[in-house]
Amino acid sequence: MTAVTVNNIIKRYGKKKSVVTALHGISFDVKKGELFGLIGPDGAGKTSLFRVLTTLLLAEEGSATVDGFDVVKDYKEIRKRVGYMPGRFSLYQDLTVKENLDFFATIFNTTVEENYDLIKDIYSQIEPFKDRRAGKLSGGMKQKLALSCALIHRPSVLFLDEPTTGVDAVSRKEFWEMLKRLKAQGITILVSTPYMDEASLCDRVALIQSGHILSIDTPQGIVQQFGKKLLAVKAGQMLPLLQALKEHPAVADAYPFGEYHHAVMKGAGRQELEAYLVKRGFEFELKDAEPDIEDCFMGLMRDGR
Amino acid sequence: MKQFLSFVKKEFHHIFRDIRTMFILLAMPVAQIIIFGFALTNEVKNSKIAIWDQSGDAATASLVSELEASRYFEVEQAIHSPGEIGASFKKGKVKLAVIFPPHFNEDLQHFNKAQVQLIADASDPNVANTLTNYASAIIMDYQNRITQNRKMPYTITTEMRMLYNPELKGAYNFVPGVMAMVLLLVCTMMTAITIVREKEMGTMEVMLVSPMKPFRIVLAKAVPYLLLSSVNIASILLLSKYVLDVPVNGSLLLLIGESFLFTLVSLSLGLLISSGAESQQTAMFISLVGMFLPTVMLSGFMFPVENMPLPLRTVSNIVPAKWYYIIVKSVMIKGTGLHTVWKETLVLSGMLVFFLGLAIRNFKIRLA
Repeated sequence: MTAVTVNNIIKRYGKKKSVVTALHGISFDVKKGELFGLIGPDGAGKTSLFRVLTTLLLAEEGSATVDGFDVVKDYKEIRKRVGYMPGRFSLYQDLTVKENLDFFATIFNTTVEENYDLIKDIYSQIEPFKDRRAGKLSGGMKQKLALSCALIHRPSVLFLDEPTTGVDAVSRKEFWEMLKRLKAQGITILVSTPYMDEASLCDRVALIQSGHILSIDTPQGIVQQFGKKLLAVKAGQMLPLLQALKEHPAVADAYPFGEYHHAVMKGAGRQELEAYLVKRGFEFELKDAEPDIEDCFMGLMRDGR
Repeated sequence: MKQFLSFVKKEFHHIFRDIRTMFILLAMPVAQIIIFGFALTNEVKNSKIAIWDQSGDAATASLVSELEASRYFEVEQAIHSPGEIGASFKKGKVKLAVIFPPHFNEDLQHFNKAQVQLIADASDPNVANTLTNYASAIIMDYQNRITQNRKMPYTITTEMRMLYNPELKGAYNFVPGVMAMVLLLVCTMMTAITIVREKEMGTMEVMLVSPMKPFRIVLAKAVPYLLLSSVNIASILLLSKYVLDVPVNGSLLLLIGESFLFTLVSLSLGLLISSGAESQQTAMFISLVGMFLPTVMLSGFMFPVENMPLPLRTVSNIVPAKWYYIIVKSVMIKGTGLHTVWKETLVLSGMLVFFLGLAIRNFKIRLA
């Protein structure tokens, strides 16, 4: 069963002279009950795609369905059954936590009590502050309130646009744990994020860049597709090291990665590279590295170019 | 319905929790009425005058005391030479000089004819005109009194009566104007701004992805402003009756009904503006330039429309406040009924249908 189908969606902005194409014919499916991640940097088209799927924008070409309903024709049905949390905090800042939640419950023809079990996990954490104005909450608490409001009507599909942007590491981890519990309740979740490390927390991910989908697979599948030898190198002088790595013929690509540089090798050639770096006078540490999603993303971007 | 009510409740929270909004909505109308009532008035009261009395006899003395006794004039200084006249005007305090030639009383008694000169500061032509008229009237009064005893052949006396406003109070003119302005401000500007604010804050995005019908969202936003407008209508009418002594001469019910109609026209204009504007600044700018200025300039409240050149007179017809102003003046001041203002009422109703239709047509059920 598919919860969301996206079929060759093209979205353009602007009039005749300055047309910007945000989505270049995107297609994918999301299965029911799946936690699907849309991973890509800022400006990749994640928000545009979410707005097309939540019936807020019309795509120029292509078609899409959510929960079996067409996003253009049946927009009213879709609006009844999806939950949407935009990237920017979009609740009423001058209403209290409780007032916001009650308001959204009423708008969706339900009550807080009716679906309390669904949001209990999340809402109980901010309940001590229920009389505080939403604008006065911390970033993490705002996210929790926004998620509670998006869930209050027990949506069948939940769209979360960059829910963890601007949230601290601990809250981010908590947030993903909450998403896992929601998934267990049978809710299909589409989540977008610019953080590559969050990709491994999804069932399947789509890597998106400049309006194109680079790859769709499980996180493991994407990592397996990498198929090249990857080395991590560290030295006292990182910048000249990067330059030296890029100059070597056996290195396909090199880029900073945390405290190391990652070097993607064309073939084997590890000894060759070590000898080369010694000759260049580097005091370095070199080891084999396991590729992760970010390496794959960089690789896919390089192949695209 | 429950959704709708909850939305209205939320909207009231927004209003009552923002001190600036509260001020614009509730204090501003009162402030406007008070300011227009007591500070900004085109009535002439206690104008400073200068007297050059070259005869200093019984007749001039009683004339001067009559001028001073009226509430229009206050003798500021006595002058004694032609040079002083110019000097006192230049200082700017004196608005009118009254000059009696020598032998005023003698001329009056022996030749039945005496002269008095009025010199006015016409840098403000309206005030100069009014002051010379008042002074002439007082002098005429005096003349009539002293000629009463004698038989004068062929005299015509003019008997004047100021209908509807015997005391010529400015309040009779501006209360209808302020009502139009306040309703426009509250309904058009505030409604437009509050809807556009939801777009700016991103809450409209969330609202649209809900089962609530999009047009109901904006209607629900308009309802609180409709209610607050009724509060404003009531407070303006009470203030004008008990503080400014401007009575409601016609049917109160009709007046309220017409105000309600005008409120709805203003609201639909607000909805129309909000459907086009993307930021609060734009909404405010369109409301002020597109609505507020024409209301002040072209409704007939500040400047009489009849005296305007034809193009402006034509433009004034599309200003809703012009029609409302005519209606309020007729019903409130002249005390007439619907039979005299049906045409204006019809025009306003037509505008309501037109603007509301346009607002509904332009309303976006999506973001772009």
